[in-house]
Amino acid sequence: MGAIYRREMGAYFISGAAYVFLAVFALLFGIFFYNGVIGSGTTETSAMFSSMFIFVLFLIPILTMRLLSEEKKNRTDQGLLTAPVGLWSIVLGKYFAALTLFVIAESLVFIYSIILAVLGDVVWSTLLGNYFAMLFLGAAFIAVGLFISALTENQMAAAVASMIVLFMLYLLDSLSANISNEYIKKILSSLSFYSRYVEFTQGVFNLTSVLFFLSAAFLFNFFTVRVLDKRRWG
Amino acid sequence: MIEVRNLTKRYGDKLAVDDISFSVEKGEILGFLGPNGAGKSTTMNMLTGYISSTSGQILINGADILEDPITAKSNIGYLPEIPPLYVDMTVDAYLGFMYDLKRCKLPRKAHLNDVCNLCKISGVRNRIIRNLSKGYRQRVGLAQALINNPPVLILDEPTVGLDPNQIIEIRTLIRKLGKNHTVILSSHILPEIQAVCDKIIIINKGVIAANGTADEIARSLTNEHKMTLRIEGSTHTAADKQEITNAIKALGGVKYVRADMEREKGIYDYDVEAEEKTDIRRAINDLCRKKGWNILMLQLSDLTLEDIFLKITMGDAASPAGAASAKPAGPRLDLKIENGELVAAEKGSDTPEQKNELMTEESAADMDKSDTDDTTESEENGGEE
Repeated sequence: MGAIYRREMGAYFISGAAYVFLAVFALLFGIFFYNGVIGSGTTETSAMFSSMFIFVLFLIPILTMRLLSEEKKNRTDQGLLTAPVGLWSIVLGKYFAALTLFVIAESLVFIYSIILAVLGDVVWSTLLGNYFAMLFLGAAFIAVGLFISALTENQMAAAVASMIVLFMLYLLDSLSANISNEYIKKILSSLSFYSRYVEFTQGVFNLTSVLFFLSAAFLFNFFTVRVLDKRRWG
Repeated sequence: MIEVRNLTKRYGDKLAVDDISFSVEKGEILGFLGPNGAGKSTTMNMLTGYISSTSGQILINGADILEDPITAKSNIGYLPEIPPLYVDMTVDAYLGFMYDLKRCKLPRKAHLNDVCNLCKISGVRNRIIRNLSKGYRQRVGLAQALINNPPVLILDEPTVGLDPNQIIEIRTLIRKLGKNHTVILSSHILPEIQAVCDKIIIINKGVIAANGTADEIARSLTNEHKMTLRIEGSTHTAADKQEITNAIKALGGVKYVRADMEREKGIYDYDVEAEEKTDIRRAINDLCRKKGWNILMLQLSDLTLEDIFLKITMGDAASPAGAASAKPAGPRLDLKIENGELVAAEKGSDTPEQKNELMTEESAADMDKSDTDDTTESEENGGEE
């Protein structure tokens, strides 16, 4: 796992994907911070973080699109799959590389909370809760993106498909609002990433939601392992 | 070291590899020979655990590739058809990655130096793989396979894309590696396999068509005794030819005699085939001595690996009868071509069915003729040439 993790980290910086991701992330966060927080003269960050949902949704595929599709296309997966490592090591190595980059991005924008703390009074628990909410969200989304990357050889297709799938997850809420059947409504709304995320940003720490995001991450990594395993059997 | 039992791979309806079994001992170099699409790469991908088998078992150093993949894979160094190179890395970074990936415990710097020296890539270690030529990429691929010094090396067409000098280098290297490693090597290039391998498996359409050393394979396919003789008769005329043909035919155990072209003035060659496991060389010698003829040449027609390969992959081996009829080389084959031309000339006037009939009838007639009346036939033939 370590070798794959280190290679992926290297590849992010060699290919430039890391710089693009970090730059766009910092830029968007900066704009929202300026407009939503500084502009309104508040230390309340919930609104900013909840609107970041949609940008995380579009940025995560930049990190994940290449991870497995390129391996398949360049036949380098032959090197990985015939090396004495398990499929979980391969998948988790890549997963944690992407997650690390996401953490780096979050650390970059943590500077804003320090700015806030200097300028006014902040409720640290809510503020930190917001950062952690975004981290959990990223952890789940990266697993989804990695899974989709395993399904295709074309990284652009992987990126577009990931964006669509993540966007559908975002739409689950508005979908469930229009459904009259109580059971379906309940199922859809309990699968909603957005409402759980928003709950977090408002300072409510809900252990079920943490578990929800972590299980989503685990589940999609598991699917990715199955996809690699299935390709072997196909 | 490697044990393969009843290995089968099915893609939907297509049987890519059909029930093959073989084993390779330590220190052997096994050549996998077959035309494109024969199932070589599929077999190698199964051996290395890249794809699974539909049924059958593979043991690498005692470890089952499907049951205990990590142990089995740690014994294998694999160079696939397309080397699995990350083209955005430098050679050094890539080899370092493979070193970590394989959890190599050998002293890092020394081991990587050794591998690079062995594959002659020390000079390009700081270059990015994307900028390397095909030959160098192939060598980096080989270097990657050698990392961690695995007891089994599986190389899928290792010399593809190399220039002749590099091919020779790689072959020498493989032979050298074969002393300490078990090597499986695939190729569709005959001389390569012949030059490097101890044992050969010829695979065609997913089945093993032949298995053994080059000599064994040749022997197993040529149980008939065939030879070409050049005999100087007493009169140096065509009459000699008739007489000699008849006299040899009269010997016990002779299945088939045919006079061939006039190779020297008034001296003819004869293709002779004896019944299985019968050596008629002495009888012929006696005959010639008695009649006062001179044997100027006697050549047993041994099959070269190339003949074997063609014979097997053209589907002749499937039916022994077919093999026998196709074998008598040279003139008889010419005759077939002659037939073809004959038919082609008449193409315009005949419907396809009639043409086919004509062809089979004609060739059947020719076959008969060649068995009964060799002399006339070869005269025709000689005339043609």
